[in-house]
Amino acid sequence: MPISFTVNGEERSVDVDPDTPLLWVLRDELRLTGTKFGCGIAQCGACTVHLDGMTRRSCVTPISMAEGSDITTIEGLEGPEADAVQAAWRAIDVPQCGYCQSGQIMTATSLLQQIASPSDEDIDNAMAGNICRCATYVRIRQAIHDAARTLEG
Amino acid sequence: MNIQTSRRGFLTGLIVAVALPGLARAQQKSGAAAFFNELPGGSGGMSANAFIRVAPDNTVTVLIKHIEFGQGPYTGLTTLVAEEMDADWSQMRAAAAPADVELYANLAMGMQGTGGSTAMANSFMQMRKAGAGARAMLVAAAAERFGVPVDQITVEKGIVKAGDQSTSFGELAEAAARQTAPEDPPVKDPGDFTLIGTDLPKVDSSAKTDGSALFTLDVYRDGMLTVVVAHPPKFGARVASYDDSAAMQVQGVRKVAQIPSGVAVYADNTFAALKGRDALTVEWDESKAETRSTETMIAEWTSAAKAGGEWEVEKSGDVDAALNGAEIVEATYVFPYLAHGPMEPLDAVVELHDDEAEIWMGSQMQTGDQAIFAKILGVDKVDLHTMLAGGSFGRRATPDCHLAAEAAEIAKANGKGAIKLMWTREDDMQGGYYRPLTVHHIRAALNEQGGIEAWDHGIAAQSVVIGTPFEQMLQGGPDFTAFEGANELRYQTANHRLRWAKMDSPVPTLWWRSVGHTHTGFAVECFIDELLEKSGKDPVEGRLALMGEEQAREKAVLTRVAEMADQSGDFGYGVAVVKSFGTYVAQIAEIEDRGGVPHARRVWCAIDCGTAVNPNVIRAQMEGGIGYGISAALHSEVTFDEGGLIRQRNWDSYRILRISEMPSIEVAILPSTAEPTGVGEPGTPPIAPAIANGWRRMTGTALRRLPIIPVA
Repeated sequence: MPISFTVNGEERSVDVDPDTPLLWVLRDELRLTGTKFGCGIAQCGACTVHLDGMTRRSCVTPISMAEGSDITTIEGLEGPEADAVQAAWRAIDVPQCGYCQSGQIMTATSLLQQIASPSDEDIDNAMAGNICRCATYVRIRQAIHDAARTLEG
Repeated sequence: MNIQTSRRGFLTGLIVAVALPGLARAQQKSGAAAFFNELPGGSGGMSANAFIRVAPDNTVTVLIKHIEFGQGPYTGLTTLVAEEMDADWSQMRAAAAPADVELYANLAMGMQGTGGSTAMANSFMQMRKAGAGARAMLVAAAAERFGVPVDQITVEKGIVKAGDQSTSFGELAEAAARQTAPEDPPVKDPGDFTLIGTDLPKVDSSAKTDGSALFTLDVYRDGMLTVVVAHPPKFGARVASYDDSAAMQVQGVRKVAQIPSGVAVYADNTFAALKGRDALTVEWDESKAETRSTETMIAEWTSAAKAGGEWEVEKSGDVDAALNGAEIVEATYVFPYLAHGPMEPLDAVVELHDDEAEIWMGSQMQTGDQAIFAKILGVDKVDLHTMLAGGSFGRRATPDCHLAAEAAEIAKANGKGAIKLMWTREDDMQGGYYRPLTVHHIRAALNEQGGIEAWDHGIAAQSVVIGTPFEQMLQGGPDFTAFEGANELRYQTANHRLRWAKMDSPVPTLWWRSVGHTHTGFAVECFIDELLEKSGKDPVEGRLALMGEEQAREKAVLTRVAEMADQSGDFGYGVAVVKSFGTYVAQIAEIEDRGGVPHARRVWCAIDCGTAVNPNVIRAQMEGGIGYGISAALHSEVTFDEGGLIRQRNWDSYRILRISEMPSIEVAILPSTAEPTGVGEPGTPPIAPAIANGWRRMTGTALRRLPIIPVA
């Protein structure tokens, strides 16, 4: 049975094992490779996408649960918060190896959609599930504050 | 980089044959000329030398011989070229150089590879010469076009001028390609630098914020099978037998094959491969496996460290006589096995043709990996694309090239076509190649003035190098990576001895960000801090007093960090200074008690790495190196049950630093005109001892076993 959903505004339908994690559908079937594999057990956040507007760990989300949902990946991320976050990330060169940064940006964008001016504590709480092994955390925190200020404009 | 397009399609494009003597021959051999036309900016233009391509659209692409996994060579080496070309930073691009040892060897290694924080150090003059050569060719072309002597040409921010005539690199590229490359072009005086030493934006930040940066895992080839391998549950175990009947029933599983490192499951997609591996039944031969528990190993290692060990590495004076009858201060330090845990687990893509193989891989030792692929696959040509890698910290630089070997065995068992080998996080955590389990034992005696009368140091650890193809670099001597940082002690001692006990285990070990300094930095800096406290000395002044004239640069970073640090709070403050890979780093950590364990609130860091090519990258590496060091100090260890089973599987049991535990960090870079040294590793060693010293001075409790907060 094909499973249908929307990814980055496009209707998609896949006919795969319904237990297949959304992560592997995005990558192997749809070739949206910006969403990364890091652990497979929702511990690192590298696979974070937006599902119906909320952050979701795609590595533990079976595709059967995505039927009819609206998914956004790093490739389709847009809007004022996303633009501000990505611009802030570039402005202070947050990424090192870069592998976790799609997930970091998906979570940071969601944070700013919910809290316009997050405190350090808000940031720590929201970003706690996103590991960066390069430890770019100092700049992640700074970039989120910078993006919030840009949005206050 | 369009990885879906075959390189062969570009062979018919315009190839401008110019270059340094010997390059044309090497290009024919390596295919580097074709590679140049795949670069940004369209075909044509000028390949000034093996490193620089000027395209008609005015972009300048620098081929980077070192892998980029966050430490910054794409930006740093591009800066060197842009500086000497007088290019505009906005026209600069970076791309991975092909794997070709004749053109792209690490001059510190004699093979193409990255490690030991050498990328900038070995490239500094080479890339500047390459840039200066390209500039000279562009200037010669401009002189012809303008009809003026070369000495009337000026170049600034990529604009080439003479009088009121002006043009761009792109417009000159084809004419410049016909110029003779100078053999030994002069480079700038450091006083004339306009880009080196400035905070240029990194060349790869944009692609790493929109998902477009391509890593090995992102490579998909037509008809490619995804492969995972069932690896032994204990180190040293081998496949005895396996039953793949259930695995072959999984939809999408195409093949199961035994390879030397385990049992490989080939499937149409990743999920099917993982499900197929779960469905395998494998019997393991554990007759040669490591079965000791971690506690047993620590007890054995501790005895060996106390006994001193068979390798006497350094000796001055008579330690035994000096310790005899003296009041002895002693300490034992225990360091666990550590996984590197790069965010992108190990992976490789192999496409096997009749007589050649094409590889996509985050290869840190291209020359070795190429040779292994050629040998196992029985092909003459191995076209290796060095991909961006999601971290390494040493993990991808394996002397035995085990990942390349595994990928090659998988491809060989499959025949023609493409395979992608993917390790899961569990494969990574349980796959070995750890920072060695290490125990230090130090005994010392002080004289009445607080000077060090004797320092007797024993280290027990496996060798990372002995028994590997890199062993020859030791020339029969001891493995310096086991004790580097404990030798050439920066503190004056009247009588000194350093011994190493080489321990043995089937657990494979490897260099881990800053290698021996990960533990020697801790042992030396914690022990000296205790000695200073015993004799009532200030941790900074006391260290300075024990250093000689040879330690001028250690003294400078220590003095600088003490000036920076605001130690006025009601917290613990700990200091450490470590020289590693030719770079000097001192740190002070501000420590608070967070539920009975130390939390670093703020860290001050002073670094002397010679000429600071890009201060922004250097600060980033200090921040990251500190975070990496805190992970290990607080949380990380790999341990074995009685019987040898590995306890840790994933990030839930192998804990690393999260954002809430990250301190704020202030970095000062000491001005210097010395040749640049590395920054990828040296930020890591001082932080753990700085935290432990701050904690001890605050609470009175010395921390001598890492991690501080073991996983229950």
